[in-house]
Amino acid sequence: MTTSLEAKNIQKEFHDPTTIQVLKDINFTINKGEFTSLTGKSGCGKSTLLYILSTMDTDYRGELLIDGISMHNKTENELAKIRNEKIGFVFQFHYLLNEFNVLKNVMLPGLKLNKFSAEEIECRAMEKLKILGIENEALKLPNQLSGGQKQRVAIARSLINDPLIIMGDEPTGNLDKKNSIIVFDIFKELAHNFNQTLLIVTHDLEFASNCDRIIEMEDGKIL
Amino acid sequence: MKINLGFEIAKSLLLARWKQTLIAAIGVTFSITMFITLLGFMTGLNELLDGLILNRTPHIRLFNEIKPSKNQPINMYSDSLDEYNFIHSIKPNSGRISIYNAIPIIAKLKEDANILGISPKLSAQVFYNVGETDLNGVINGINAMDEQKLFAFNTYITEGNYNDLNIIPNSIILGKGAADKMLANIGDLIQVTTSKGERVKLKVIGFFQSGIQDIDKIQSYCSIETTQKLLGVNSNYFTDIQIKLKDLTKAPKLAKYYSSLFNLEAIDIQTANAQFETGSSIRTLISYAVGITLLIVAGFGIYNILNMMIYEKMDSIAILKATGFSGKDVKGIFITIALSIGIFGGFFGLVFGFSLTSIIDQIPFNTPALPTIKTYPVSYNPIYYVIGGVFSIATTYLAGLFPAKKASKIDPVIIIRGK
Repeated sequence: MTTSLEAKNIQKEFHDPTTIQVLKDINFTINKGEFTSLTGKSGCGKSTLLYILSTMDTDYRGELLIDGISMHNKTENELAKIRNEKIGFVFQFHYLLNEFNVLKNVMLPGLKLNKFSAEEIECRAMEKLKILGIENEALKLPNQLSGGQKQRVAIARSLINDPLIIMGDEPTGNLDKKNSIIVFDIFKELAHNFNQTLLIVTHDLEFASNCDRIIEMEDGKIL
Repeated sequence: MKINLGFEIAKSLLLARWKQTLIAAIGVTFSITMFITLLGFMTGLNELLDGLILNRTPHIRLFNEIKPSKNQPINMYSDSLDEYNFIHSIKPNSGRISIYNAIPIIAKLKEDANILGISPKLSAQVFYNVGETDLNGVINGINAMDEQKLFAFNTYITEGNYNDLNIIPNSIILGKGAADKMLANIGDLIQVTTSKGERVKLKVIGFFQSGIQDIDKIQSYCSIETTQKLLGVNSNYFTDIQIKLKDLTKAPKLAKYYSSLFNLEAIDIQTANAQFETGSSIRTLISYAVGITLLIVAGFGIYNILNMMIYEKMDSIAILKATGFSGKDVKGIFITIALSIGIFGGFFGLVFGFSLTSIIDQIPFNTPALPTIKTYPVSYNPIYYVIGGVFSIATTYLAGLFPAKKASKIDPVIIIRGK
């Protein structure tokens, strides 16, 4: 089994107003096809860790390897390219662009990657929407959808470039029980049927307990 | 990033706030319109005023001036003996005002590559006889064709045809002021007395009005042959050689050169009309200042709108960056927005500017000083359209640059975690 993401001695401090160490010597690996949840109490540093792992936060010490490549000393442009190609994001809020329809929202990261033609990307986007059961909403604008549907569109968007790993920051945090279950089932299906690697930050213990693997954090350390 | 994708995102952001976009574009349109109109109008006026004098003035005028010799024989003598010369009020001896060897000089000048054209001229002092009264006058003997070619003779002929000077013998084009005093109409015969006392009848074939009243009261035009006849001189008698150069700026240098070459007095246009240049350049400067001020104000408008757009679209920028758009891409999107406002606004500004200038061009403008001008003078010089276009793009680019830089520096983590 190959490693998709590896964290080595990751440490982070906040300096404002006083220096507080939020992450202390984090070491772990995530293998391909694993459905992992990262849990812990509020303020334990789990989101901070996720944003470091996502390459968006570059202010840390230690080493991060994605697909075996060190993220150290990469320029902002290179990191943007890695996020585009290898990481899919699902946040608590859907962050869909209201100016574009659902299909276009899903297509955007694909168009940015520019690996396939626009027609192919459109075709792939429709496939992803089908997997998530919202292909009928493809031509609607995001603000015509329900909260659960929007979150599913966001998941479809994260899938468009067939990423190495999908990272989620409380993806069910804004959803009701029913929609949470739907989203969880989607993640599970992606992991088991499509062998998709997932790393989901959550404080929903029920959600976490259903995952293949749980990484629990407390006070900036992995338990 | 594919350029198309950036355009598409920029377009949708623009259309999402189309009212503000429109207002920003109208700001640019308005300022470019005013810039073009103002400069077109101002330049038209400048060209008119310059044309009044500059186009009708030879670039270099060669003539023979009667003056005492610089090297008086007594000076040669007294200098060598270390003595002092007490002779004052030395007078010139009776020289002739015509140019020596005028025909060979003209032939020589015609070979000069710097020269666009030459028009020889002679003037004769006369009196116009009006009943018992004699009016002072000057008759200029000219070659009507050359005069037309070099100095746009027809622009100040208000009635009649300048070509008739060559066709009808003993014909004259009278100054409008002189004609009014004589109550002369076209086809009438008038009588003039030459300085030698001869009386000659001339047929009026036209009137001219230069816009400068003192000139119109005194001056008239005849053909060279008629004037030579009036003066009783032979056909190589010329008092002036008027030269039009290909490059006006060379006039002072060439004037000096011809002066020493032909041993004649030479005066260049810059020395003769120094005040016109100053007036023109200051008027142009003021127009530019107003135009640029308008554009800068429009630029601030664009800056504000883009800044607001960035605050509003913070989430969109954050997710674009999270999903792989780099800071450069985001900057490109906002610069595209600014530039499209500039290009569309600027384009319509140029179109409206042209229309407004054309409308001004149709407004009647009559002044006795400028007989051939019927409407307000405007200029359609393409250089102002080029400058206007470049300015509109440059200002909007600068106005967009700072908000775009700000957008490119947005940290997605702060936005996303803030929710």
